[in-house]
Amino acid sequence: MKNVKTLNKSTYAKKSLNAGCGECQASCQSACKTSCTVANQKCEKKNKK
Amino acid sequence: MLHQFEQNGYNIALDSASGAVHVLSPLAASVLREMASLPLPPSKQPLEGYSEEKAECWDDLYSLYEDGTLFSDDIDTENASYASGLIKSMCLHVSHDCNMRCRYCFAGTGDFHRGRQLMDLETGKRAIDFLLKESGPIKNLELDFFGGEPLLNFGVVKELVRYGREKEAPLGKNIRFTITTNGALLDDDSIAFINEHMSNAVLSVDGRREVNDRNRPFEDGSGSYDTIIPKFRQLVRDRTADWYVRGTYTRDNLDFAEDVLSLNDEGFDQISVEPVVLPEDNPMALREEDLPVIEAEYERLAKAMIERYREGRPFTFFHFMIDLDAGPCVYKRLKGCGCGAEYVAVTPGGDIYPCHQFVEYPEYKMGNVNEGKVDRTIQRNFMRCAISKNSECKRCWAKYFCGGGCPANNYAFSRDIEKPYKLGCDIERKRVECALMIKAAEAEIDEERESS
Repeated sequence: MKNVKTLNKSTYAKKSLNAGCGECQASCQSACKTSCTVANQKCEKKNKK
Repeated sequence: MLHQFEQNGYNIALDSASGAVHVLSPLAASVLREMASLPLPPSKQPLEGYSEEKAECWDDLYSLYEDGTLFSDDIDTENASYASGLIKSMCLHVSHDCNMRCRYCFAGTGDFHRGRQLMDLETGKRAIDFLLKESGPIKNLELDFFGGEPLLNFGVVKELVRYGREKEAPLGKNIRFTITTNGALLDDDSIAFINEHMSNAVLSVDGRREVNDRNRPFEDGSGSYDTIIPKFRQLVRDRTADWYVRGTYTRDNLDFAEDVLSLNDEGFDQISVEPVVLPEDNPMALREEDLPVIEAEYERLAKAMIERYREGRPFTFFHFMIDLDAGPCVYKRLKGCGCGAEYVAVTPGGDIYPCHQFVEYPEYKMGNVNEGKVDRTIQRNFMRCAISKNSECKRCWAKYFCGGGCPANNYAFSRDIEKPYKLGCDIERKRVECALMIKAAEAEIDEERESS
């Protein structure tokens, strides 16, 4: 497309809505300790691949 | 939900529900605004009177709609499972004492207003036992050595790592130990131990020497910068696992981009600098009226990061990190930080709190590791904290990036863990916009490189 460039096609893994395995890091533990962002957290399942 | 904005010459559209990010030409951006102002779903036919170029933009945008990456339906979260009640993550306060006197310390110069105290080994072992038991079938656990300053009790830290390793193996668990330190007591031995055993090291420093030394003095009032920087450099140089230098900005240094860049100039390329959280009457607290300056500063930082990326010396800034293609699952995005639900803090005396920031609130004591029980009523209250249940979060375009914010911040400002802290929300939205703009700029730079 000439007028639009899509940076991703992420769909937040809709199909895994009820499949959160709970193995990933608690986001506050990473480098934060005072505020929250989840979008920078890694998926434990994807890390294994 | 569509969020459309312009920053640094980039026209960006985020389809909040799908997470798709589109970079638009100025003409396509104006066509999208028209499309968004009309009832949904959009018509396939471009509006009457459109030029050929505008009609082409409309067609492009309509095809995104058909692909499910524009005007997509929000995720049905009504039936999502939010939290299991399993506790898998612990902030272990091995020291309610500190050798620094940071001016903004939420922990009251390290003792959390409870008197200076170090955790004894037995209490630490009971905390690990508690974590192993409460985590049920979850394999990967986290334990952050925190304070005060944990290196003041480093003998216990080392013993607890050994104990954890001994206890995790028969249960098939994997404890990821981490540490948050001000660095003053680091030496060759502690650096070697941390680099061998800790999966993450968070190294506290506020940026420029003058800012750090004003805000993070030693007990005698002298500056800490020249003591800690060489030690942090040594630790990072020898390290293979994760680490961050992490600072705090306050109303005293609203030009905090300079602090981030100063840390990068010192050789650190994994940086987190966070807004302070203090009561409104504290002169260092951020105020609503500071927001335009704070937002401009994040934009300035974003532009500087792009320049360094272009120059081949990129660095990461924690709150600008977004993985557009392989980020966390929806479940994670819904439940946010996990405070009080799957994450707890344990004081030197063994008392359990929802997180390190709730330790100052006796009403949130959830139990004691020596008793091995936890107050499920308090835990359930935190399990309810999910963006799909919060009317303010539900309406926010940034909800799947933020996860619902920080309940401790919420409580500090409104005495309600579910009422979003407005300034924190405004700052988070700005950071997400900057992060998306950086992605657009980096994609453009990558394209230029490939074509040259």
